[in-house]
Amino acid sequence: MWPDVFSPQILNLLISSFGQTLWMVGVSGLIGSLIGIPLGVFLATSRSGELFAAPWVNSVLGLIVNAARSTPFIILVVAIVPLTRFLAGTSIGTKAAIVPLTIAAAPFIARVIEGAIRGVDQGLIEAARSMGATPLQIVRKVLLPEALPAITLALTLTVVSLIGYSAMVGAVGGGGLGDLGIRFGYQRFMPDVMLTVVLVLIILVQGVQSLGDFLARRFDKRSRF
Amino acid sequence: MTLNPASHPPAYPSATPPALIQLREVEKTYGGRAGSNAVTALHTITLDVPKGAILGVIGRSGAGKSTLIRLVNGLEQPTRGQVIVDGVEMSALDERALRHERRAIGMIFQHFNLLARRTAFDNVALPLEIAGASRAEIKARVMPLLDLVGLADKARRYPAELSGGQKQRVGIARALATNPKVLLSDEATSALDPETTEQILTLLRRVNAELDLTILLITHEMSVIKSVTDRVAVIDGGRIVEEGPTFDLFTRPQHPTTRSFVSSITGNELPAHLASRLSAKPLAGSQVLVRLTFTGGDASQPFLSVLTRKLDIDLGIIQGNVDYIGGHPFGTLVVSTPADQNCLQALTDASRDLGLHVEVLGYVA
Repeated sequence: MWPDVFSPQILNLLISSFGQTLWMVGVSGLIGSLIGIPLGVFLATSRSGELFAAPWVNSVLGLIVNAARSTPFIILVVAIVPLTRFLAGTSIGTKAAIVPLTIAAAPFIARVIEGAIRGVDQGLIEAARSMGATPLQIVRKVLLPEALPAITLALTLTVVSLIGYSAMVGAVGGGGLGDLGIRFGYQRFMPDVMLTVVLVLIILVQGVQSLGDFLARRFDKRSRF
Repeated sequence: MTLNPASHPPAYPSATPPALIQLREVEKTYGGRAGSNAVTALHTITLDVPKGAILGVIGRSGAGKSTLIRLVNGLEQPTRGQVIVDGVEMSALDERALRHERRAIGMIFQHFNLLARRTAFDNVALPLEIAGASRAEIKARVMPLLDLVGLADKARRYPAELSGGQKQRVGIARALATNPKVLLSDEATSALDPETTEQILTLLRRVNAELDLTILLITHEMSVIKSVTDRVAVIDGGRIVEEGPTFDLFTRPQHPTTRSFVSSITGNELPAHLASRLSAKPLAGSQVLVRLTFTGGDASQPFLSVLTRKLDIDLGIIQGNVDYIGGHPFGTLVVSTPADQNCLQALTDASRDLGLHVEVLGYVA
């Protein structure tokens, strides 16, 4: 069964699909972080009595984030086709897939970042306030640096989830490893291609998780011994 | 900057300098709009901390001492009343002005509150970064501070690599970084063992003397009050029930709460096996127990041998204790002597002549 997979055409497809997956996950992860990280920090600091107290805005944003998070990804993909067409100029292919991936990533990141920031000891915020720090200084010099190990793990979790989502956009012609697995492995009945795609995804997720764990440990100065 | 004219030096022709920290009828209420379900943490607190003094506020947990110390640097705002620090009414400032004033007030904490991902050096640098100091200024300021607290060799260590006492030293260096006039200590030694506590208190006394720093500390430990403070305020149920020089409070406690704090440390309670046998009336062949309390200069005279020689009586020592509070000796001695009324009267009179405080505790068979 292996010769098929390693035929030059299939191998080329595998390599280009792998590249597409990395591209989709990378771009959507990046744009998702640009939106999700500030949003997460705000969600973690805007309840009443907190640094940027705006309980009303906090509740509304929380509702929006929850709504986005509870929409099944595959439904989100088809539901926002008009938006995708407007932003990417097309509704199929890798470029188009980045739009729903980003929209799914941003609220996900916001929630995991909120959790990471809320994990920072309140005593540190009080100490910084006693030094005369502004709320923005507290975010920059205390909350983000102290939460870095947790943020690293949160972003690792995000990337792993995005790899899964990116395989799903294959179902609607999004390109990438998932697309390859469905079109060749499933529709053309090539189980060896399917198996290879699954193996590559497993190795990719393993690699991302190991890298994330390694970095988080490096950043964590609480247990040096 | 809002200057309070009343605390401006020329307004005081007398020698008494104005207090550096003044709380004026401060009240703090939490929650509850229009008085419903409101919890009053502090009731009309008026307290002065003289410049250069170490004032300790002692109280049990929930007495309101945490709230009180946080009013001074504006981490909490009073519901009523004024908080004045070095002539500036903190309770009247907006956030921006308040942030600026906070740089003149250092604070240390029970759990140190050091940033885990910054080294000792970078933790001390944090308040300077916040104040907008340049890299060169920070470098010039941090090492002498670490040296002052005895941690120059630990500059590159992370908090996880330091002991509790060392962490608090970093906390003290950090609190001193912006050259504050006031240091607030929030149960700074409560998480430390007795020996480390003593070292930290010695360091606090040193910075108080060398930097002319006014220190307001809160604690639930009478030993901390005894070894470091000049003045003490006892807080109970959100009210200050007694305030004065530490020595006076220890030797003449007035309020029941103060008495219970004082007896927790001076050890002038009789041991249980004696206390249970104590009777108020003399019995045949019984001994009378008398507590002699001596303070200040009286403590150094050889009063026990003076009494025995003068009265020709035999005194047995039941219990004795000499303490030093703010460098002044304060002792109690419980003695026993045959329960003879004349003898007891003579002992009482002679002791009073020597300046001792006499208290007849009772009789034991």
